[in-house]
Amino acid sequence: MSEENAKSEVEFVTFSAGDQSFSIEITQVREIRRWSPVTALPHAPQEVLGVMNLRGSVIPIYDLAARFGLGQTPENPRNVIVVAMHGGQTVGLLVEAVSEILSVSRDQIQETPDIRSEMARQSITGVIPIEAGMTRVIDLGAVLHQAGRTLQ
Amino acid sequence: MTLKVLAIDDSKTIRELLRSVMEEAGFDYTSAVDGVDGVERYAEVRPDIVITDINMPNMDGYGVIDAIRKGDIDNQVPILVLTTESGDKLKQRARQAGATGWIVKPFDDVSLVSVIRRVTGIG
Amino acid sequence: MGNPILDTFFEETEELLESLAEGLESMQGAEFDKETVNSVFRAVHSIKGGAGAFKLNELVSFAHSFETVLDEVRSETLELTPQIMHTLIRSADHLTDLVDAARSGRSMPEDVSAGFLSALQACLGEGKIEAVDAWDNFEFAAVTLDIAPIEEPGAEAEGEAAPAGFSIAFKPHAALYANGHEPALLFAALADLGQMTTTVDLSAVPEWDDLNPTEPYLSWTIALRTDESEIAVQEVFEFVHGLCDLVISPLTDPTPPAKAEPVPEAKAAPAPAPQAAAPTAPAGPSATAEAPKAEAPTMSDRAAAAVAALKKPEKGDDAEAKAPKATLRVDLDRVDRLINAVGELIINQAMIAQRLQDMTSTRDDDLVMHIEDYRLLARDIQEGVMAIRAQPVKSLFQRMSRIVREAADATGKMAELVTSGEGTEVDKTVVERLADPLTHMIRNAVDHGLENREARAASGKPAMGTIKLSASHRSGSVIITVRDDGAGLNRPKILEIAKRKNLVAQDAELSDSEIDQLLFMPGFSTAATVSNLSGRGVGLDVVRNAVTALGGRISISTTPGQGTEFTIMLPLTLAVMDGMVVTVGGQTLVVPITSIIETIRPQPSDLHRIGTDETLLSIRGRMIPVVDVSRALGFPSPEITGSPLLLLVESEGLGECALVVDGVQDQRQVVIKSLESNFGSVPGVSAATVLGDGRIALILDPDAVAGGRSGYHMPNILSNAGRTAYANV
Repeated sequence: MSEENAKSEVEFVTFSAGDQSFSIEITQVREIRRWSPVTALPHAPQEVLGVMNLRGSVIPIYDLAARFGLGQTPENPRNVIVVAMHGGQTVGLLVEAVSEILSVSRDQIQETPDIRSEMARQSITGVIPIEAGMTRVIDLGAVLHQAGRTLQ
Repeated sequence: MTLKVLAIDDSKTIRELLRSVMEEAGFDYTSAVDGVDGVERYAEVRPDIVITDINMPNMDGYGVIDAIRKGDIDNQVPILVLTTESGDKLKQRARQAGATGWIVKPFDDVSLVSVIRRVTGIG
Repeated sequence: MGNPILDTFFEETEELLESLAEGLESMQGAEFDKETVNSVFRAVHSIKGGAGAFKLNELVSFAHSFETVLDEVRSETLELTPQIMHTLIRSADHLTDLVDAARSGRSMPEDVSAGFLSALQACLGEGKIEAVDAWDNFEFAAVTLDIAPIEEPGAEAEGEAAPAGFSIAFKPHAALYANGHEPALLFAALADLGQMTTTVDLSAVPEWDDLNPTEPYLSWTIALRTDESEIAVQEVFEFVHGLCDLVISPLTDPTPPAKAEPVPEAKAAPAPAPQAAAPTAPAGPSATAEAPKAEAPTMSDRAAAAVAALKKPEKGDDAEAKAPKATLRVDLDRVDRLINAVGELIINQAMIAQRLQDMTSTRDDDLVMHIEDYRLLARDIQEGVMAIRAQPVKSLFQRMSRIVREAADATGKMAELVTSGEGTEVDKTVVERLADPLTHMIRNAVDHGLENREARAASGKPAMGTIKLSASHRSGSVIITVRDDGAGLNRPKILEIAKRKNLVAQDAELSDSEIDQLLFMPGFSTAATVSNLSGRGVGLDVVRNAVTALGGRISISTTPGQGTEFTIMLPLTLAVMDGMVVTVGGQTLVVPITSIIETIRPQPSDLHRIGTDETLLSIRGRMIPVVDVSRALGFPSPEITGSPLLLLVESEGLGECALVVDGVQDQRQVVIKSLESNFGSVPGVSAATVLGDGRIALILDPDAVAGGRSGYHMPNILSNAGRTAYANV
């Protein structure tokens, strides 16, 4: 079963944030929206931009670049929000642009190389080589969890 | 006239069991593998009675009942729900959904046929 | 094995086990689809269904337990811990073994199965797995029709005194036809039980022109002469229970029992009134399912109908009169969908109203009036919808007597619970979410509130301590109080503990009410002796958080020697509240109206600086602390010139205090949206709402900002650092 599993195809949505390529599994992505103004939250860490109204529910928007220590994403009307679901939570990730949908087999996902940033290491589950280098597979849970903890 | 039965169940075992019982009773039997298939077959076959499972992929049994009851083809056809529970809650839910009656799995041949005759008045 | 269907079953089970294993594997990943759990559940469910058909009982009962646990996981009532995941995977293995055993006609050692069963049972904790239904019989469980009194059950068994039969009043609802039933078929089934006379009541049939083809007008009265029991009669109606008015009563027949003498149908009526044109049950079942109203006009003898109407069985009338208030069971999801939709409706109304106000040049009085009507209607709908969710607190209160008993036993005290206002209705969610905090408060009241026996005796109190729990409505809020008749709070001790735990500055000087508030601080425990009731890591801070999450407030008052009272004030509805829309630090915020006393723009001479960092407002001879909301929330604080605008609010602990805001925009009803579901709690903010322009505004928690006693995430507040001063005076 695990061999079969290794060959099974997984689809990722890749996007750029802070000039780096990131990706999350397509099953976690709900929709992609244009940027619209958010309401700031008190005492929020830098990567939590605020909350936005998504058809009547309040969803937090995270600046992915800021989250990975790549500086705040500059304001740009071309920025988009990737709306994703994680464990019943709906959240938005602010990114510079959505690049493509990547279909790879599980064995193409490589382990995260030994990198120094603990934050990055904990929030990236692996990397996938692509034409223009590689894309980092995000562990959405870890991203949200750590941001939440920062707030507390 | 020969009674036309449409059975909708994702379990092949149950479909085959129903087939043997229905054919034995001299009914004309058609089956469908899930809710969506069931609704499609319903429009084709125009059965005299529908027997449907509840837990199915694509569209569950309640969805099937809803589609038939809100449809414009013979929307008052008797529909029996196949279930493994016999609790009042289930019955109430089935009734509210528009089911005509229910059959508790595992069913016995004689009772099943007699319920079918009872709600259709055919045979 | 020779049974092709059994072969089919094993083939299919093979596939199902595979997809079960696959599904479980993907459930191990951090992220999985709801559909994955569904398919895992269905696989086990299908195996159970098929196994039942072949009486593979061992397989059935294990699959049943397995399925029960999966169903809990599927409905998210059971959290998928690694432990439970492990049990699920092991159970799938065992299920595979059971299938193999069944195929080769073996059976598994009982203790092995028992081990797996108890592991599954352990997943459910308290919840029990219901036994599988009896598999051998195709059962028609007797539906109890709670209508007419049933004849002496003993008499039936005797046989001799069996009733001559039953009088059945039957009036189908539209739903009966819609569900595919046909009265004629029911009559046919009844006719199988004995001799029957049917009387149709046409009185409700309107003139031909007014006939609504979807509305049933006919009702029947059936006299059934039979030896069968009432159960047998009820079985005939099993499927239509709830889809018709049905009264089954023993035939009260003045004529001598005609058990031996069959009454010819439609010839001699058992009742004195002659019947005309009474249709009898069809001899043979009809082949079509046409609604009967089509035939109605042909039976135009209204006189007969009138006679028939007179003949309605008296018992039936009685039963109808005594029938309980009709209720409707509705799926909670549907109600919540409705509530959400109403919420959106109110926002929509606000948006339109706002637009209209902006168009001052083309002001149209009619339109303004209609919009006002719209607002009132929306509010009516909302109230109606919220009432659906309302539930008396009775069940919640009832549970508390046990808590008092247990707590009293554990502490060696004597205590009784006195409740009042159990009929007070609150939103269902409040009832549910209040259970834990209330339990904790009640325990606290017994454990910490009541003195021990010696102390009570010494102060001349009865040995039996009293915990009073009450609920009431007060001006749009629900008030729940927990009061004990104990010694009251020991303030010096509380302060000492707080200092020892570094919850306040060592040199802090606190007012009485400030000291009381210390109880709500995280990490505070009042237990002088750690009893087995405390030390659970649950403090009053958790209680306070739970209440705040419900949009409520909790306060405390104490009288030395006489006891302590906790008051929980909750909004009547969770979905909507009246708020004042204000601007603070460039942000739009909403302040709950319930906490606002007034808005004032004080004279500079009314503001007094105190210490280095605090400002007091003098109003009506009292001094009230001034809180800069913008700074408290960490927003950039603009330079304010001139006199600030202040919102006088009532806050817990501090009493009144004044919040500095930039301006007031509006006062309106807002729909409360949780921040917790997608994010988490935010200091100083209780929830969010969507404004008319679609933007989100945060709802301020005045207590947290003012007193800073939120208990959450506003550190050092009691050493005054969090209570920021209004600098510009």
